[in-house]
Amino acid sequence: MKKFFAQSYLWLLLALLYAPIIIIAIFSFTEAKVLGNWTGFSTNLYTSLFSGGVRHNLLDAIENTFTIALIAAAVSTILGSIAAIGIHNMRGKRRQAITFLNNIPMLNPDIITGISLFLLFVSLSITQGYTTVVLAHIAFCTPYVVLSVMPRLQQMNPNIYEAALDLGATPFQALRKVIIPEIRPGMISGFILAFTLSIDDFAVTIFTIGNQGLETLSTFIYADARKGGLTPELRPLSTIIFVTVLLLLIIINVRARRAARKQENI
Amino acid sequence: MKASIFSRRSTWAWPYAIFLAIFVALPLVLIVVFAFTNGDGEFTFDNFKKFVLQPEAVNTFIYSIGIALVTTFLCILLGYPAAYILSNKNLNRSQTTVMLFILPMWINILVRTLATVALFDFVHIPLGEGALIFGMVYNFLPFMIYPIYNTLQKMDHSLIEAAEDLGAKPSTVFWKVTVPLSMPGITSGIMMVFMPTISTFAIAELLTMNNIKLFGTTIQENINNGMWNYGAALSLIMLVIIGVTSLFSDGDEQGQNEGGII
Repeated sequence: MKKFFAQSYLWLLLALLYAPIIIIAIFSFTEAKVLGNWTGFSTNLYTSLFSGGVRHNLLDAIENTFTIALIAAAVSTILGSIAAIGIHNMRGKRRQAITFLNNIPMLNPDIITGISLFLLFVSLSITQGYTTVVLAHIAFCTPYVVLSVMPRLQQMNPNIYEAALDLGATPFQALRKVIIPEIRPGMISGFILAFTLSIDDFAVTIFTIGNQGLETLSTFIYADARKGGLTPELRPLSTIIFVTVLLLLIIINVRARRAARKQENI
Repeated sequence: MKASIFSRRSTWAWPYAIFLAIFVALPLVLIVVFAFTNGDGEFTFDNFKKFVLQPEAVNTFIYSIGIALVTTFLCILLGYPAAYILSNKNLNRSQTTVMLFILPMWINILVRTLATVALFDFVHIPLGEGALIFGMVYNFLPFMIYPIYNTLQKMDHSLIEAAEDLGAKPSTVFWKVTVPLSMPGITSGIMMVFMPTISTFAIAELLTMNNIKLFGTTIQENINNGMWNYGAALSLIMLVIIGVTSLFSDGDEQGQNEGGII
């Protein structure tokens, strides 16, 4: 009986949490301009989303969002992994200092990160646009990569790297053949994490995007919503994003669970 | 020589250290510099005086703290039972339910807010203060549930059994053992809800049709209108509030959140 009430509470809360997104998903399959009007089943919004029937801006915004996320995630993964190896081999004050700095972007509210970077670019008189957004995204994504690679390094047997060097491998070979395979799962999780964070970001992006007409999905939605009318194509788009995030999360979780099981078996 | 530099692997962190100095430390220093200077770069307290003397800005500030407190409180009220049930093996065994609660954290906050606005439109709830609080709770509830769930799960259950064996009533066990032991989760949940609620902008505009302004919006407007020094001062005030909040949580929670976001 207790279990029944407990489960009902959970599902009621979940129903409330998911109600908005489910309504968006349902109404992505009808053509009505105004959400809430059902004018029969249709996949027209999906086709017009991809055929460019919508204002070009939306497609451009989607493209920008993805290329920015890809570049930022790739650079963060490389920078963060190398940094993690370095930090792992550091001791004392230096290690504390860099760990402290590494934590700041994760603890800072987005708006502060955004404004601080805005002031940086303004002070250096750098024109804001694509590059500044990518740099800003690298800045707040890399700490998460460092955090997901570090545990891998801690689990690694430190002797195998030395062994590789003793057996005549150059440091670069040892990195490629010994360290990277060991930390790869952490790098992949870090990459996915950085990618989702970048795609999701709004607050940092809006302060670093400048006024050259560049738009990402978040800024597009923001501008669109402020104008009052919501582009109907945002409905199928939100649905697609939702399903993609769902899939990514399942992949991460399955990987994590498999890794945990492997650990138990050792 | 070259090899020796590369084999001292602690040097590998240097590129990132330089990157952090330029893109994390320097920008924060700039906020402080801008906050204490005027447009000509002269030292001044004027930005803070302006804030204190402007009833509108101060009111928005207090109102935002109020909204953030209410949201945080409601999130604890709704989230704690959920986290408790999720972590209790007798009440819930499914990992899927846990994942379903975490999933919304990963959807673009604007998309979620728009969806909420759409829902309110759909069931004819007028947009305004009620919608704002409701929407905030919607947006941030998962951030409360997750850390509490995490601490409850790692909790040593033999302590509960010990309390029961020693004759404590279930309610006593809950208030005297479970709740105190889950305090770290609650404080980090408070951080994860209070901080973003106090610093949001855009969400409030969308949920109230621009009728209610929060502090984040005030900061954003000032920056957008070129009042960088004043905006920086307001950001600094917000940072202080957040710093004060984080004093309530112990340092060890950072370790707890590490890698545990997914």
